[in-house]
Amino acid sequence: MSVAQLTAGRARPALVRRVAGVGVVTAVAVAICALLTAVAILAPLLAPHDPNAVDPLHAFAPASGAHPLGTDDTGRDLLSRLIAGARPSLAGPALVIVASTTVGAFLAIAAAWRGGWLDATIARLLEVLFAFPGLILAVVAAAVFGAGFVAPVVALSIAYVPIVARVVRTAALKERALPYVAALQVQGASGWSICVRHLLPNLLPLIVVQAAIGFGYAMLDLAAISFLGLGIQPPSPDWGVMIAGGQPAILDGNPQQSLYAALTVVVAVVSFNLVGERLARRFRIEEQG
Amino acid sequence: MPIALFVGRRLAALVATLLISSVAIYGALAIAPGDPAASLAGGSLPNPQALAQIRAEYHLDDPFWTQYWQWLSGLLHGDLGRSIVFRSDVADLLSGRIANTLLLVAYAATLIVVAGVGLGLLAALRGRRVNQLVTVATTVAMGAPTFVMAIVLIWIFSTKLSWFPVYGSGDGLADKLWHLTLPAVALSCTWVAYVSQVTRASVAGELRSEHVETARGRGLPNAAIVRHHVLRNAAGPILAVSGLTVAGLFAGTAVAEQAFGVNGIGSLLIESAAKQDLAVVQILALLMVGAFVVVNTVVDVATALLDPRLAERQGATA
Repeated sequence: MSVAQLTAGRARPALVRRVAGVGVVTAVAVAICALLTAVAILAPLLAPHDPNAVDPLHAFAPASGAHPLGTDDTGRDLLSRLIAGARPSLAGPALVIVASTTVGAFLAIAAAWRGGWLDATIARLLEVLFAFPGLILAVVAAAVFGAGFVAPVVALSIAYVPIVARVVRTAALKERALPYVAALQVQGASGWSICVRHLLPNLLPLIVVQAAIGFGYAMLDLAAISFLGLGIQPPSPDWGVMIAGGQPAILDGNPQQSLYAALTVVVAVVSFNLVGERLARRFRIEEQG
Repeated sequence: MPIALFVGRRLAALVATLLISSVAIYGALAIAPGDPAASLAGGSLPNPQALAQIRAEYHLDDPFWTQYWQWLSGLLHGDLGRSIVFRSDVADLLSGRIANTLLLVAYAATLIVVAGVGLGLLAALRGRRVNQLVTVATTVAMGAPTFVMAIVLIWIFSTKLSWFPVYGSGDGLADKLWHLTLPAVALSCTWVAYVSQVTRASVAGELRSEHVETARGRGLPNAAIVRHHVLRNAAGPILAVSGLTVAGLFAGTAVAEQAFGVNGIGSLLIESAAKQDLAVVQILALLMVGAFVVVNTVVDVATALLDPRLAERQGATA
């Protein structure tokens, strides 16, 4: 394995790993993740105002009973926009992770099981894909298919496949070499059934941990794409869109919109990472290859 | 595996990756919905005559591989094509902007190497307190992506302090560097933290090793041990990780340049993607992927030259 492959994966700060072992911290992180998920699902019921209702007379209103976080440059309620923005901001990474994990795990197990030319072809393909940073692939997709929610999500799903596949393939090769697999083969079990009934369940903890840690990264990448104006289009509320939309107002001394949205993204990403690290600890998965 | 064979293999892999990437990037035009001639015109619908002209100029009626070959041989001869949206040669669009981006990447890379390695060494060598402080600071910094750092920096420097300009690229080298300071900080923040953590772990690992124990037993002064026995051995992984982070910076310039209004190729990529100007997007995407792969290969080869055991180990597993 080259140095490039060693580090092309995701950086996992040592402190986050250690802190994830502390019960209270994990409990808070789990609570935040659950809260954000609930907010995303129940968004229309929770938002105190219509997130797109413009009120020019109350632009940049300070925090008050009616507007707990104040309003933006056109008088829209910031809290309502943050709540409504939770939907695309969480659904996007969720879709990316489900798609890339499914495809990546499938390719990895197929490569490890069949070996030979299939393994070599898949390895080559993934190596080329590694050369495309997720952000660049998403930008190209937006250029080809138009900016919006779908193109960047599909592009990132593809860009994340090699990261999942590499880790799972290494583990699958180890698992495949264990004596029980040979025993099952002698008993006449088909390759498919060994993979689905035995390899996959044994690799599942690793796959789940990969998915949990990848979620935070997908969230950051998608927020960056929205920030660049190539994701969800304003005026639809989305955290990345809000960070970019509030930028001009910072210069006039009204940083609320950008700062609140940025803080929400960072808190969400850190919480999901902590839960991922906690899961890694639980399953004793130290390094991710 | 002898070192020459290793380098040859890496170079072959580099060329193969670049070729496949170029096919994929050029192929994006073929899978774009609608008429590729209209796509090249930026999604707008020019009159049939103009469309016919675009078709002829880009050989769009030829089979895919002929088109691709025309495009690639053009690139190799320095003809980067024309942007219909910007009404200009792509080469001209790039030449005015690429210096800003290279300067930004060099600035951020310097910050990453100097601050990252420096902080890592401090944490590893200066006792428990400093170690804890650096660990906490770098962990927070690793959670701050470029666009969040950009917002925070703009907020602090536009409303509280006015040490640095928060927008634009500047003129002349000194002024440019002054303008690029905040973008470079925003771009490098996460990676400074990452490199410092790798440095700390690498140096701490060497400090615990047997040959350092032996050196201590021989009564060598601490400074000499650190210089000759610790840093020498810890340098490999630090160099590799720093190099790879720098390779990744090219993609990151898009966010930093967009946030701070720097006139570089990163912001050009975003602008042309928003206008669906595929002629420009293709060149820039290939350029950024190419920069990433080339720097990666250089780092791989450099680490192998420093420590030939790495090349041998790869030969065993490849």
